[in-house]
Amino acid sequence: MSDLSYVRAEMLPERAPPASQVGFVGWARQNLFNGVGNSILTVLSLIFIWYVVSFLLSWAFSPTWNSASLSECREIFGAESGHHAACWGVINDRWQQLLFGFYPNGSEEGTSDLRWRPILAFLLLFVAVTPVLFNMISRRMNWVLLCAVLGLTSLYLGGALGIVVGLALIAAGAAIGYKALTADKTARAAEIEAGAKRLPNPLIFSAIYPFIAPWLLWGGSLWLPIGAALGFVIGYFVFRFLAPIAGSLVGMIVAVLVALVWWLLLTVGFADLMQSIIPIGLEPVESRDFGGFMLSITIGVVAIACSLPIGIVLALGRQSDLLIVKALCVGFIEFIRGVPLITLLFVASTLLNIFMPPGTNFDIILRVLIMVTLFAAAYMAEVIRGGLAALPRGQYEAADALGLDYWKAQRLIIMPQALKISIPGIVSTFIGVFKDTVLVSIIGLLDPLGLSNAIRADQAWNGVVWELYGFIALLFFIFCFSMSRYSMYLERRLRTDHR
Amino acid sequence: MKKTVFLGALTVAGMAAGASAAATLDDVKARGKLNCGVTTGLVGFAAPDANGKWEGFDVDFCRAVAAAVLGDANAVEFVPTTGKTRFTALASGEVDMLARNTTWTLSRDVDLKFDFVGVNYYDGQGFLVSKEMGVSSAKDLDGATVCIQTGTTTELNLADFFRANNISYEPVPIETNAEGQQQYLAGACDTYTTDASGLAATRATFENPQDHVVLPEIISKEPLGPLVRHGDNEWADIVRWTLNALISAEELGITSTNIGELSAAPGDNPEINRLLGTEGNLGEMLGLDADWAKRAIMAGGNYGEVFAKNIGESTPIALARGLNAQWKDGGLIYSPPFR
Repeated sequence: MSDLSYVRAEMLPERAPPASQVGFVGWARQNLFNGVGNSILTVLSLIFIWYVVSFLLSWAFSPTWNSASLSECREIFGAESGHHAACWGVINDRWQQLLFGFYPNGSEEGTSDLRWRPILAFLLLFVAVTPVLFNMISRRMNWVLLCAVLGLTSLYLGGALGIVVGLALIAAGAAIGYKALTADKTARAAEIEAGAKRLPNPLIFSAIYPFIAPWLLWGGSLWLPIGAALGFVIGYFVFRFLAPIAGSLVGMIVAVLVALVWWLLLTVGFADLMQSIIPIGLEPVESRDFGGFMLSITIGVVAIACSLPIGIVLALGRQSDLLIVKALCVGFIEFIRGVPLITLLFVASTLLNIFMPPGTNFDIILRVLIMVTLFAAAYMAEVIRGGLAALPRGQYEAADALGLDYWKAQRLIIMPQALKISIPGIVSTFIGVFKDTVLVSIIGLLDPLGLSNAIRADQAWNGVVWELYGFIALLFFIFCFSMSRYSMYLERRLRTDHR
Repeated sequence: MKKTVFLGALTVAGMAAGASAAATLDDVKARGKLNCGVTTGLVGFAAPDANGKWEGFDVDFCRAVAAAVLGDANAVEFVPTTGKTRFTALASGEVDMLARNTTWTLSRDVDLKFDFVGVNYYDGQGFLVSKEMGVSSAKDLDGATVCIQTGTTTELNLADFFRANNISYEPVPIETNAEGQQQYLAGACDTYTTDASGLAATRATFENPQDHVVLPEIISKEPLGPLVRHGDNEWADIVRWTLNALISAEELGITSTNIGELSAAPGDNPEINRLLGTEGNLGEMLGLDADWAKRAIMAGGNYGEVFAKNIGESTPIALARGLNAQWKDGGLIYSPPFR
């Protein structure tokens, strides 16, 4: 007999799976056309999507970018009668207004284009929040970023000084960046171990930023923000001096009082005095000139940044055993949550105006900022209270057992966990607050929505609706979507459990 | 007891605010700028252009007052106000005057404590319908659906009109003019009603304006005019006579082109001389200089020029002068004499 055998002696080579099971076809068969019912649903959905998308695209792609008025747009697509298409000329004409409102743009005689200031403030915002929000970027890269932003700004401002400073900054940034990119991490760690000097912590800039940004936006004397910052310094030194003598509570109260006295009574005088000795400043811009997305972002960022700490304090106060503190916090939260934001804005815009002594000029944007911040803080407090309530009792007891005092326990054990739990809620509140900023159009501030109405009041653009709202919606979507993605990133980064 | 204290505090605050209103002219001069309340945007009456410069019929009046008082037509801070914030903005002193197509009514004049200094536009509520409907009079609108802005006097006027004519209608409430345009064009309502000037502006934006028509019935009186706070009569006089100067200028044939010539030396017409300050001391009586009216007229032209430039028949809105013609031409625009 020959060597017939029924068992293979060697393995067959692996063959590719059948074409119908892999790749796009396989995926489609498995997910879209698996069974009659699903196939019908898929086809119907595709037809629906095609219908919507083809309509949207044929509407959005229209050669009207350079048209000067709605009637000109109609002439452009007038040849195809009954064809509806977007009239993008309005965005071309007004996008700068939608972004900056009435911020001086140099169009009026005797004024210069100051719009670099909000842009710089916006870019510096990213430099300032990066070390707070992300830990993936190294200390040195953060300084590179700062050098690049400042360098480009001084190049843009021009003049011999501007160009020299700009080039120097960019060179410095490039040098730091080159070193950071070429040296690997372990070598750098060894260097630091050996006592090499590190660059200063970028959080220093983040701490300075809240004083720089208003100065850039509103202009005026540089000594005013410096005076405001000095208030914190004075308060800190008073606390340091008093705490060992009179106890930390008394020290804290006195420090806050001294700082308040400085801010309310002395800062302006100090700024005027210094200004008369060494005048440094930017051209002042009135709040009334703020508008468009610049206004939304200003209100949104301030409300977001201030509402979180205030919210934490309120949430802790609500859980406190001290009767008066608790009553104040509960009263505040429930009152603010019990009234609509619009009511608060009306109070800010009209009632305060009537109650204030005549002649006081309490800036309308400042009033709105305070109201929106208080509103957001009340909601934030409840979100954080949810996080606090979700912590097991054992965590509090463990903190006590370790002998930590109240603030240390909060800072080291309770808050990190409670805040982590509340991230989705916190970010939702942030997004909500940012979108709520459009309500200021009701009290006559020209935010993007208010401006869209003002733009339609121009004879050339009366009747344009979807293009403006689409543009505004797109910009809002970009901001809100980024915030939402960031919250997901943060949740992933902080996930310490082993699910 | 507590309530009384609170009310007392309110009264004191209110009185203090009232007292502050005393010397608006001095405040404006010290500030170097006129704070003028305008709408947040109404076609032809007030709107910012792409550079943020405000333009329009009401805006030009603000500029005329600024020119008369401060000598610079651009020394105006335009404060956009909404229908809800306008009166508090004026009462609290945030703005020195309102030029914001506000209807002169008794309650606003008396109860809200404002002074309407005159009428710069006589408006009235009308109806916009499509020609297809075949309606030639508002009285044929029995059973029609009507787009109507909520919370305005137009809503009340509408109810009055239909009740008086014993016909019925179905309201479609809308919030803004833009919404009204969209709803009307989409066929959600048979007719859209608001001030006739607004209807004309709305109609001008349609793709085929000739298919739509504003019905002849005007069902309400809407005298629109600038207003100031009660209690500062000197300031009210200045604003009132600036308006009258623009109106008289048209009547007397003073335009922005010939004003240089007419004001150079006293001419034959004594009223022109008094108005332009080449004779008499009318400016001094107002607390201004002799050239005040000349500057006000040069800011944007006389009443007719301002009208023609912003809302007149050469603009897309194409409003006829109608009631707003000079009294000599059969309209209601009439200025007391400059004497």
